[in-house]
Amino acid sequence: MTATATRQPVRRHGTRKFRLTPTMSVYIALVVLLVAGSVLVGMRGGVLLDHGGILNILTRGTVLGLVAIGQTMVILTGSLDLSVAYLIGLCSLIAAETMAGDPGMIVPAVLLTIGFAAVVGLVNGLVITALKVNAFIATLGVALIIRGYLENTYTGPAGSVPRGFQHLGYDRIGPIPVSTVVMLVLAVIVWWYLTRTKGGYHVYAVGGDEEVARLSGIRTGRTIVTMHVLCSVMAGLAALFLVSRLGSGAPYVGTDAGYDLESIAAVVLGGTLLSGGRGGVAGTIGGVLILATLDTIFDDLGVTPFLKDVVRGAVLIVAVALYARSQLARRAR
Amino acid sequence: MAPIVRMSGISKQFLGVTVLKDVDLDLHGGEVHALVGENGAGKSTLMKVLAGAHRPDTGSIVLNGQEVSFASPRDAQRAGIAIVHQELTLLPDRSVAENVHLGREPVRRGQVDRRRMEADTADLLDRLGEHGIAPRTQVRRLPVAQQQVVEIVKALSMDARVIAMDEPTAALADHEVELLYDLVDRLRSSGIAVLYVSHRMREVFDLSQRITVLKDGTLVTSTRTNQITQDQVVRAMVGRPLDTMFPDRAKTRGTVRLAVRGGGNSRLHDISLELSAGEIVGLAGLQGAGRSAVARALCGVDPLTTGEFEVDGQPVRVRSPRAAIRHGIAHVTEDRKGEGLALRQSVHDNTMLVRNAAFGRRRIDVERLLRSVRLVSRGTDQEVRYLSGGNQQKVVLAKWLAVNPKVLVADEPTRGIDVGAKKTVYELLRELADSGVAILMISSELPELIGMSDRILVMHDGRLAGELPAGSSEEAVMSLATGGQA
Amino acid sequence: MTQTETQSQSRRPKLASSTIPVLAVLAVLLVALAFAGSAYQEPAGYLALLKRAAPLMILAIGQYFVIVSGGFDLSVGSLVTAEVVIAARLIDGDESATLWVMLLMLGIGAFVGLVNGAITTRLLVPSFIVTLGMLLVLDGAVFLWTGGAPRGALSDSFRTVGRQGIDGVPVIGQLPWSVVVLAVIVVLAVLFMRSPTGRTLLAVGDNETAVWLGGGRVERLRTLAFVLSGLSAAVAAILLGGFAGVSAQVGDGLEFRVITAVVLGGVVLGGGRGSVVAAMAGALTLESLFSLLNLLGVAGGLESTVQGVIIIAAVAYAAVNWRRKKP
Repeated sequence: MTATATRQPVRRHGTRKFRLTPTMSVYIALVVLLVAGSVLVGMRGGVLLDHGGILNILTRGTVLGLVAIGQTMVILTGSLDLSVAYLIGLCSLIAAETMAGDPGMIVPAVLLTIGFAAVVGLVNGLVITALKVNAFIATLGVALIIRGYLENTYTGPAGSVPRGFQHLGYDRIGPIPVSTVVMLVLAVIVWWYLTRTKGGYHVYAVGGDEEVARLSGIRTGRTIVTMHVLCSVMAGLAALFLVSRLGSGAPYVGTDAGYDLESIAAVVLGGTLLSGGRGGVAGTIGGVLILATLDTIFDDLGVTPFLKDVVRGAVLIVAVALYARSQLARRAR
Repeated sequence: MAPIVRMSGISKQFLGVTVLKDVDLDLHGGEVHALVGENGAGKSTLMKVLAGAHRPDTGSIVLNGQEVSFASPRDAQRAGIAIVHQELTLLPDRSVAENVHLGREPVRRGQVDRRRMEADTADLLDRLGEHGIAPRTQVRRLPVAQQQVVEIVKALSMDARVIAMDEPTAALADHEVELLYDLVDRLRSSGIAVLYVSHRMREVFDLSQRITVLKDGTLVTSTRTNQITQDQVVRAMVGRPLDTMFPDRAKTRGTVRLAVRGGGNSRLHDISLELSAGEIVGLAGLQGAGRSAVARALCGVDPLTTGEFEVDGQPVRVRSPRAAIRHGIAHVTEDRKGEGLALRQSVHDNTMLVRNAAFGRRRIDVERLLRSVRLVSRGTDQEVRYLSGGNQQKVVLAKWLAVNPKVLVADEPTRGIDVGAKKTVYELLRELADSGVAILMISSELPELIGMSDRILVMHDGRLAGELPAGSSEEAVMSLATGGQA
Repeated sequence: MTQTETQSQSRRPKLASSTIPVLAVLAVLLVALAFAGSAYQEPAGYLALLKRAAPLMILAIGQYFVIVSGGFDLSVGSLVTAEVVIAARLIDGDESATLWVMLLMLGIGAFVGLVNGAITTRLLVPSFIVTLGMLLVLDGAVFLWTGGAPRGALSDSFRTVGRQGIDGVPVIGQLPWSVVVLAVIVVLAVLFMRSPTGRTLLAVGDNETAVWLGGGRVERLRTLAFVLSGLSAAVAAILLGGFAGVSAQVGDGLEFRVITAVVLGGVVLGGGRGSVVAAMAGALTLESLFSLLNLLGVAGGLESTVQGVIIIAAVAYAAVNWRRKKP
C-alpha cells in the first residue's frame, strides 16, 4: 500500500480541477434567492430572515423535505414514486384514527402508520421489479388505488391526536422546529447511506445502468424495492408530522399540497437526474429550501397564491434546462 | 502442460435447433486462443457456456483438473472465469475504482473502504503497466481504450485466470487497438488464459497462439496459429477462399457526381476529392486520421465550413443530413444499430425510413427492393432487431436504395457481419456503382478496401495524403497513412 | 444462410396483435353492459357511452402522439380546465363570440403544445418536467386571471357540440355531434399515422439518431406531437365544456386518466411502439368499465381504485407476455 502511495503522483493529472457541481450551484442559487428576497422584502419594509421568516421557511421545508428525501432515493435507482401524496393522506388518517385522542395509543399508532407505509412501498417496489411495470405506471396505479379508497371512505378530517403528540409538530429549539431537526438528521443518515455504504453504491449503480449492475452481481430488484419501502416510510413520517400539526387526519392533506409532483420537483431542482444514477440528498435539501423560500418570499410580498404556481413551474423548467446545458457542455468538452 | 480449462464434447440446443455440436476447446495458461467463425457459428454460445450463462446439454468443463458446473455467471466468476463484453459494462458516472469493485466493494466498519478499493485498483493498473489511469477518475472522462482497460482490470480484480474477450476491438480506434494488443500480451505473459473472439483476421493472427474455427456449431479446425494461413482460416469459416470474395472492378468511369475542393472544418483541412459515376473509391487511413470525418462532412453530419461542394456539377450547400440526402448523398453509418436502424420497427418501415423522413414520398415496391438486396427475413413486417447483422445491413442499404442516391458514402459497411453477408454487401456495392452511383467506401480492413476499390485515397492527420491505384499493396497504403511517401 | 439464428428468434407480432387484447377486453365489456343495463339493449345506449367517452378518446389520440415519439404530456388536464375557464370568461353568454372563442381555444392548445415541444427539444429538458412545469403554470395563470373562481358562462351554441346531435337519424335516433367530431379525428389520426410523417414520428420514438441521419427533422416532429396533443386538449375542452359545463375541476386528473387509457391500449411508455387505434380503444374501454361499474352499483369513489388496478394489470400483462415471447 505504501508502494502505491509513492507511485500516486504519476496519476495526478488534471482530475482535481475545480468544478461546479450541481449541488454547489443549488446552494449558490439558494443564497442568491435569500439575498434577493431579503432586498425585495426589505424594500417593502419587512424582514425576510427574521425569527418568523426562518421558522416559516423551515416549517414549510420540513414535510416536503421528508418526502423529497425518500423521492431522491427512488429516483436515484431510476424509478420514481407518484403515490406519496395519497399515501400521506391515508397515513394521516391511520395515525389519527388509531390514536383517537388517547396518549397511550401514540406508539402503536406510529408503528402502525410506518408499517402500513412500508407495505405500500413494498407493493410499489414489487410491482415494478417482479411484474416489470414501468415505475410511472406502477406508482400511479397504486396512487389511484389509494385515492379510490379515500374517496369512498372519507368525506373529511377524521380521528384526533392527543395533546402530547402535538409537541412533535410545534416544539422548537430557538427558531428551529424539532421536526426540522429530525428531518435534517434523517437527511444526514440517508446521505451517509447513499455515499458511504455498499447499499448506497448499489443504488447509484442500479440507477446508472441496471443491466451493468445486474451483470456485476448486484441484486437490482432488492435495491429498488428497498428504496421504495424507505421512500414510503418517509412519506409515512411526513404524515405523522402533518397529523401532529393538524390535530387530526385529513384524506387530501398530501394531495392538496401536491407532495407527489412537488417532491419530484425538489429532487430535480436539487440536481438529481430524473433517469437516475446521479445526484443526491444534499442537492435535494437545497431544492426543498429554495421552494420553501420562494413561498415565504411570496407570502411576505403578499403575492397571490396563483402566481406562486406559475413561478414554481417556470423555476423548475429553467433549472432543468440549465442542468441540461451544462451536461451538454461537459459532453462536448 | 495441462490446460486450465478443458471443454469437451459440448453440445447445446435451443428450441430443437442445434447451436453447438460436440465441440472441444482447451485453454492454456499463458496462451491466447482465438475463436473465429461466421455469425451464428456458435462462438458466443460457446463463450456463454464457458462463462456460466448457458448450461451445455452434454459435455463437460474441467477447470484445473476438476469437473465444474456453473449455475450462473457469478459462479463462473468465482471460479476465476471472467468475460470482457463487447459492449462496455461500466458506469460512466462512477470512478474507475468504484467500477472495478462494483458489486464487490470492500467494507470496513459498515462503510465502503474507499482507500483500500483505490489502492487495490492502483495495484492492478500498475500490474498492467497502466500508470496513466487514476482510480478516482470518473470513467466518462476516459477515452474508450482506457475504458476497455478498466473493464479488463475489473476482470482481473476477480482473480480471473481465464479471460474471454468478445470482439474487444469493435469500439476501438486503431491506435487504441495497439494498446489493447500490448495489454493482451501482458495478460498472456502473466500466465492467464485468454479466449479471444474476433471477426478481424489481422488481430487473430497478430495476437493468438492457437486458432479454433467454428462453422455451423461444429469445430472445423483447431491448430497452432503459425501452422495456418489467413486464407485457410477464411476457407474453413465459409468454405471459399478470400480472393473470390470481391466482384470485378469497374469497366468504365462516368461523369463526376460529387466534387469537393479545399474543404475543411475543425477536423479536416484542405480536402479535395472527386467521386465519379461507376467507381468505388476507397478511403484509407488510421482511425483518427479523419476518415469518418470526411464521411460525416460529405453527409452533412459535421458539415464542411470552408471550400466548394458540388453535386453533378452544381454547387450545393450541405449543412445537415437532410440537405445531403436531398442532394442525393446517402450515408451508411459505422454504427448500424445506434445510427442506422430503428430496431423495433418493421423491415418495411426501416426500408422506407429515409424516404419518409427526408422526402415524405409514398409507396414504392418495398418487396422488390428487398429482394434486390437479397434480404433473408420472415416478411416485411418482421422487426429488424430480430435480423442477423448481415441482414440488418442489407436493410440499411435498401433504405438508401429507396431514395435513388447519386453518391453513397459507406463507412465500415461490413463491420460485425459474417463472411457470407460481406460477400453480398460487396456485390451490392458493385452493382450500385455499375448502375451509375459514385461510391466512397471506408474500411479499416485493408484487404477488403484494396479488393473493392477502383482507387484508394489515403488520409493522414485530417488531410488527404495521397491517392493510390487499384490493387496497390497494403504496405503502400500504410506508408501514406503513417505520414510517409507513396 | 444463418438458419439457426433466424429460427431461434421469435417472429414479430403482426401489426394488429398488440391491439387485439384491448379490443377483446372492450368487446367483453360492451357485451357485459348489455346484460347489466337495459339502456344498453339499444344502439342509443352505446351511442351515449361513445358521447361520454369522446373527450377522453380524443385526448388519448393526442397523448398517443407524444408517448409514441418518446415523451409525456402531463399538462393536458390543466390545459382542458384552462380552456374551459377561458372560454366561459370570454364568451360570457354572448352567442356571437362562440366561433372566434372556439378558434382561439384551438390556437391556445396549439400554442401550449408548441411551448412544451420547443422547451423539450431545444432546451433538452425531459418532457415529464416540462409538462409538469406547464401544469403548474397553467393552473396558476388561469386562476390568477380569473381571480380564483371561474366566471362567465358558455353560450348555448358552444354547448351544442358537447350536448346535442343530429336528430332524426334512422335506427339510432340522434347522432351526437361529439361522436361526429370523434369520428373525423379518428379518421384523420389513422391517416396521419399511415403517412410518411406518421411513420417517421414512430421511428423517432425508437431511434431519433437514425431518423436525423435519415434526413428527418426530429425536433419538428416531436414538437408536432406536442402541438397535436395540445389541440386534442382544446377539442376535448370544447366537448367537455358543452357536456359538463363550466367548472374549475373539469380537467382534474385527466392527464393521468388519459395516460392510463393509452397504456391500457398497449402503447409502450418510452416510445416507438403501439397503434393509435389501440390507444383510443383503451380510452373507450376505460369509460365502458366505469359505466359498467356504475351499473353494477359500485360506488363512484372506487373508480380510481379500479383505474389503478387496471393500469398496473395492463402493463404487467404486456410485460410478462413480452418476456414469454423472447427466445
